[in-house]
Amino acid sequence: MAVRQTLPVREVLRGRHISWVDVVVGAAIIAILYEVVHLGQSLAVNFTPGRTPVVISTDISNVPYYAARSLLRMFIALALSTVFTLVYGTAAARLRRAEKVLVPILDVLQSIPILVFLPVALTFFIKVFPNNLLGLELASIFVIFTSQAWNMTFSFYHSLIAQPTELDEAARMYRLTKWQRFWKLDVPSSMIGLVWNMMMSMGGGWFFLTASEAVTVFIKGKGISESLPGMGSYMAAAVAHGSYMQVTIAIVVMVILVVGTNFFVFRPLVAWSDKFRLESSESADKPKSVVLDILQRSSVPKLAGRLSRPVGRALDRITRPFGLAEYPLRTDPRKRQVGDVIFWSVIFAVSAAVAVIGLIYLNSHLGFARFPSLIEFGLATFARVVVLLCISTLIWVPVGVKIGLSPKLSRFAQPVVQVLASFPAILLFPFATLIFIDLGIPLDYGAIVLMMLGAQWYILFNVIAGASSIPNDLREMMVTMRLTRGQRWRQVILPAIFPAYVTGGITAAGGAWNASIVAELVSWHHHTLNAYGLGNYIATASIQGKFALLIAGGIVMSAFVVLVNRLLWRRLYAMAESRFTL
Amino acid sequence: MTTTSPPTSGRPGADPSTIIEVSHVTKTFVSPDGSPLPVLDDISLDLREGEIVALLGRSGSGKSTLLRCIAGLIAPTAGEVSYRGQALNGANPGVAMVFQSFALLPWLTVRQNVEIGLEALGIEPRERRERAERAIDTIGLDGFESAYPKELSGGMRQRVGFARALVVEPDALLMDEPFSALDVLTAQNLRAELLRLWQQKDFPTKAMLIVTHNIEEAVILADRIFVLGANPGRIRTEITCGFPQPRNRHDESFAALVDQIYGLMTGRDTRPPAHIWTQAAPGEGSPIDTPLPQASVGGMAGLLEILVAHGGREDLPKLAHELTFEVDDLLPLVDAAQVLGLAEVDDADLHVTDDGRTFVAADILESKQIFARRARERAPLVRAICNALHTTKDGNLGEGFFLDLLRRGFSEDEARQQLRIAIDWGRYGELFDFDANSGQLALDHSSAQPGI
Repeated sequence: MAVRQTLPVREVLRGRHISWVDVVVGAAIIAILYEVVHLGQSLAVNFTPGRTPVVISTDISNVPYYAARSLLRMFIALALSTVFTLVYGTAAARLRRAEKVLVPILDVLQSIPILVFLPVALTFFIKVFPNNLLGLELASIFVIFTSQAWNMTFSFYHSLIAQPTELDEAARMYRLTKWQRFWKLDVPSSMIGLVWNMMMSMGGGWFFLTASEAVTVFIKGKGISESLPGMGSYMAAAVAHGSYMQVTIAIVVMVILVVGTNFFVFRPLVAWSDKFRLESSESADKPKSVVLDILQRSSVPKLAGRLSRPVGRALDRITRPFGLAEYPLRTDPRKRQVGDVIFWSVIFAVSAAVAVIGLIYLNSHLGFARFPSLIEFGLATFARVVVLLCISTLIWVPVGVKIGLSPKLSRFAQPVVQVLASFPAILLFPFATLIFIDLGIPLDYGAIVLMMLGAQWYILFNVIAGASSIPNDLREMMVTMRLTRGQRWRQVILPAIFPAYVTGGITAAGGAWNASIVAELVSWHHHTLNAYGLGNYIATASIQGKFALLIAGGIVMSAFVVLVNRLLWRRLYAMAESRFTL
Repeated sequence: MTTTSPPTSGRPGADPSTIIEVSHVTKTFVSPDGSPLPVLDDISLDLREGEIVALLGRSGSGKSTLLRCIAGLIAPTAGEVSYRGQALNGANPGVAMVFQSFALLPWLTVRQNVEIGLEALGIEPRERRERAERAIDTIGLDGFESAYPKELSGGMRQRVGFARALVVEPDALLMDEPFSALDVLTAQNLRAELLRLWQQKDFPTKAMLIVTHNIEEAVILADRIFVLGANPGRIRTEITCGFPQPRNRHDESFAALVDQIYGLMTGRDTRPPAHIWTQAAPGEGSPIDTPLPQASVGGMAGLLEILVAHGGREDLPKLAHELTFEVDDLLPLVDAAQVLGLAEVDDADLHVTDDGRTFVAADILESKQIFARRARERAPLVRAICNALHTTKDGNLGEGFFLDLLRRGFSEDEARQQLRIAIDWGRYGELFDFDANSGQLALDHSSAQPGI
């Protein structure tokens, strides 16, 4: 008995034949491990900003390496986002006082345009690792992290808050330790939302990956272009050379990366996570994945189970001293009040200090007189967002409904649209720019198209989902009652897709604001186009290294996003939930 | 064999056979506008070795809240729960609990679910496995060890719930409506199995406490039954139930006891609390102290029709049995019929009144008129809404106005529920209408106009 427990492999070898499945899976695992180790070594290359710039070769033979580097960056960021999510989400859900602070902070963080973080992160990380490429690497990873983490954290926090009472009671009744509760109840019960949001985050992350690999670094006020090996910087180099061929290659490789991670990582994860569904009945259409099927037929799950069991036991033992997932029924109200007062005083003092320092900084570097003009910039960008939302709606709502009402079409179209939404539209900008230059279209209008390139898909994606969830009974009713075309749209289809459309609209608008920073200032070869708007303002500030302008621009943009969310989207959302939920 | 006695309170402790003692427990929640909402009022009881105790009550009697106080999951506002003489300040260490919704972890197999309590105790894997295996065999789950809960039927799931609870060999087993999510036959079967286990000599658990709203269930299982009254929950009666096991539900004295408890639970208590609203005379009572029963007009009308078809008089337990209704489903309908004066309860018999007969016989418009008149006269919230709407110039008022009033006596959910029932009744009687978009209640001037 004892021997078998310490020698997990023996059982596997003795028990069954090694099938082709095992060979394939084994080879894949070895290849991945090799790549990770190999790439890991190249992360910490010595370099001094400005003196020995990393040269991005546009040679095709380097593309696989660049692709692997980009991919690794994405997954490191995703891992960090996951850790952050678990820690922050648990703290927000379990600590009564912390919740009141952590949730609003998260709310603010997710409305800050992500590219504003980039120059800040660069400066910080290059200071920390002055003579090492690691600084650039970490800055890029940090930016991707900021694009991935917030929605994952919200999802986890909401799952914890909405945990069924009786599961909470069972956990306390059966005296689970803190760790057991976290690992056996909290994480599994949030798994579906978590995995789904990971997939969405990964999709959104590609954009920021491409935007954060080729950057401008400021050393003593001087801007120097620096690049990390990766597909984003490959693209930047191709654009600088004005090479159509290489730009096309970059786009194709990117599509392969997006589709590949979806197919090999996220489809299997989503299919796997279905076993964590809380409703006790099986869901009708279970997500499926070929890769997961192959993995499950191999000996990997068994092996992994055997190997992880001792680890689980050890963790169980180590975490036992942290105590039970239980709290005393009675607390001294006096003590509690005193604690509250201290806690809130500290919070108040800290936020007041931050606010004062911020205001002084902004006033001395920029002056508040600048803000009205910033708001004008913001209104210009806002107008673009509104126009692109209207155009996208007019185009994609009819198309999405058409697709969604046909089960055949939607099965095929949904994954395609998801890839389109994940594809970093930034890679298409050079082509679009070229067209604008040729046709003489000013970027003031062109930027709308650029921002729409990425944002529109969220609307299409959600409308398809909404239309395909219209129950069959209602569709048959439309036919048997001989509703006119107008009636169908007015009385059935539009109300039915409304909740999904609102979700798509929020996401699309958020994406468009973010995209404005790269869309209102574009270049191709030796041409540079500018558009009047807040995105242009922020982009210029970050190229010139003017932090105060950057922060001011970021604040105004966040304010726009928050205001529109509060005044429009949340109301629409509440209405959708109360009236139009099927 | 059966004795009924007034509620006993706070017996002297130190009795070594007492496992759990509840003394003067009061639980008060706070309503949204800050006023207190009493849920449990001065409850004292004890659980001794060798007995099964049932807490029997309708929804709103706070029986689940009481069970959670006993389990140490929530703190009573006043009073104390102690286990073996130790006051609780956290989950009760000597009990395990079986849940109405099973509360199994769907991502764990049957065996892993059963092992979870042992794992928490830090028991070594091998022993854990053996004990889980034994519990699984005992409860009749062998062969299902590696199944996931969602592959099992409701009955088998609850067996997992029992195995998980019993494997930790608790001093006392708490059960929160453990059979109410199961169909009648499965519930019966599982109850019998539980009793069989209980009667085995080496059964490690020394007492069981079951919360239920099913009268027959309580009489079949329990040695003592505490009947709880509602608003706030209090012990109305303690009944010692001494029939030998196995009990025969067709036995005459069994049926008599069931009848007696039915009588108690329909409010025919000898000492009715003043605010049990079924006792209120027409025109009396306020919307706060006499809440509307959770009954739809259609359900109540259906009950009256069946009653008339039965010759206008029927035994409540029989009626419930015939309709395969549980007390919680049937009694609100009975309450509604009573409050409108369309039926009356007497000795666990429900009989239709003359007005009730007219109501059933009338055509749709006429029956609506009867209903409208009765609801206005006798349902305080409906009356209050009508009166308030009449005092306004345009016959319009926002729902917020009424919700604010209701929040003084109800929790947020209850307040909304009360208003929803009132709106349902008001619409049926064409007394007033409600616009869900604007949240406005309005006097119905356009009666008999079909809605679009």
